[in-house]
Amino acid sequence: MHEILTVLESDARATPERIAALTGIAEDEVRAAIAGWEADGVIRRYKTVVDWDRFGDERVRAFVDVTVAPERGRGFDDVAERIAKFREIRAVYLVSGAQDLRVEVEGSSMKEVADFVAQKLSGVDRVTATSTHFLLRRYKDDGQLLTDPEPDQRLSYTP
Amino acid sequence: MTPPQKPLSRVVEACPPSGIRRFFDLAQTMSGVISLGVGEPDFPTPWGVRETAIHALTRGATTYTSNSGLLELRELVCADLAGRCGVTYRPADECLVTSGVSEGLDLALRALLNPGDEVIVPEPCYVAYQPCVAFAGGTPVPVAMDPAQGYRLDAERIAAAVTPRTKAVLFGSPSNPTGAAQSAADLTALAALAAREDFWLVSDEIYDRLTYVGHHTSTAAVDGAWDRTVLLGGFSKSYAMTGWRVGYVCAPEPLAALMHRIHQYTMLCAPHVSQVAAVEALRSAEPDVAEMVADYDRRRRLFVKGLDELGLTCPEPGGAFYAFPSIRASGLSSQDFAEALLNSQKVAVVPGDVFGPSGEGHVRCSYATALPLLEEALERIGRFLTTRA
Repeated sequence: MHEILTVLESDARATPERIAALTGIAEDEVRAAIAGWEADGVIRRYKTVVDWDRFGDERVRAFVDVTVAPERGRGFDDVAERIAKFREIRAVYLVSGAQDLRVEVEGSSMKEVADFVAQKLSGVDRVTATSTHFLLRRYKDDGQLLTDPEPDQRLSYTP
Repeated sequence: MTPPQKPLSRVVEACPPSGIRRFFDLAQTMSGVISLGVGEPDFPTPWGVRETAIHALTRGATTYTSNSGLLELRELVCADLAGRCGVTYRPADECLVTSGVSEGLDLALRALLNPGDEVIVPEPCYVAYQPCVAFAGGTPVPVAMDPAQGYRLDAERIAAAVTPRTKAVLFGSPSNPTGAAQSAADLTALAALAAREDFWLVSDEIYDRLTYVGHHTSTAAVDGAWDRTVLLGGFSKSYAMTGWRVGYVCAPEPLAALMHRIHQYTMLCAPHVSQVAAVEALRSAEPDVAEMVADYDRRRRLFVKGLDELGLTCPEPGGAFYAFPSIRASGLSSQDFAEALLNSQKVAVVPGDVFGPSGEGHVRCSYATALPLLEEALERIGRFLTTRA
């Protein structure tokens, strides 16, 4: 069953028929398993890894380390959930280290991202400091290398 | 100026050149060929292993090592064999690091054979087995195995070929080209025959980790086999390290000592940097191997099913990364099939007869090829069969 998810994680478009051929699990079992995982949230959604730089679309992403004064009794959950609701926020993680939250912000320009951090994010209640790192170049994303693949140097026939 | 007129080595001259050379030259002139003719992984060596080797070079791992190979590597190899296969060898004097299984095979045969000794070679088999026997002064005795029985090692067929001169049986499991992985029961029967008739088992286990149905059974692990087994293994296939040329051979001490003697005067040692890479492979690359094996297994299922739907049936390959389907339905010889398929659809497969006469009527297809290419190859083979029908 684990195999089904492994296939889907690398190819979200894999049909149940194809997954059955790849894993040896019967097609109707594959369908039932996927339906179950979709229902209980094991499968969150089906996504495509897009190299927007290559497409030519200007998107600016920044990693922002956020220091938070935790709320008595609720820890970081309340402030993290409030930050996560902004459209500009792509990811929110509670992390170990000097800062508390690491969030990812996306916008169409550096100014847009900077304005969001300065005016919205840093103004969220209990946020005491932010430290912004603009993403300059992406080499690997979501396990996918975005650099050119190594050429296949094998000969066409070998014993 | 003319070279000396005296004849060159008759043994080598009598050995036919590899049957795939002609196809290689043909494919070189074409573009857009999808090759299923490759006997090596399509994955590069795991990066962690490469990075370690690069670092080792910067620190001077450019020298000879001891003839036997780095002790650390031999210890890891023996521990790995013990843990994975349940076979015990002493790193000090029963394990030798070689330049791939190819060197190990040559050492084993040269250390075992006297002129006129016979080596039974179950067929179809890897292209080098019979030439290596001949080069070592022995006489290869091919014995065909049955495709209808999935090319299992049939001790009865082998027994029929045994003579007083039989010195060894040489085979690979899992097999190149058939993908057959031998069962413990068949290996036990063969070991019993070997004990009765007093011969050795030379067991090429280079594909040991690439086993998809159940677990790999090492020949040395079955009852009564250890004392008469030469176990050949390496890193090329499982760890995608073909170009590093590093493997190992394990055998009982008296034979291991003789192999060591040849090795010390010929190869001296396996490449130092490759031995360092092999250490890292055994230490840290198991998750990479697991991922590659899972990937091969998915391709194997899809590809064998696809071949089957095209009427090119083959016994389920339990290991390695080859399918060896019958092409008899096409009415062509395997040479003609492979050539016509290459010329008309640009798909490279290896004709089965290069693995011995019993391979006739089959072709070897490697599924160490990216999935989209495998699917495209299946489509092209389908078109080829339709246009011929």
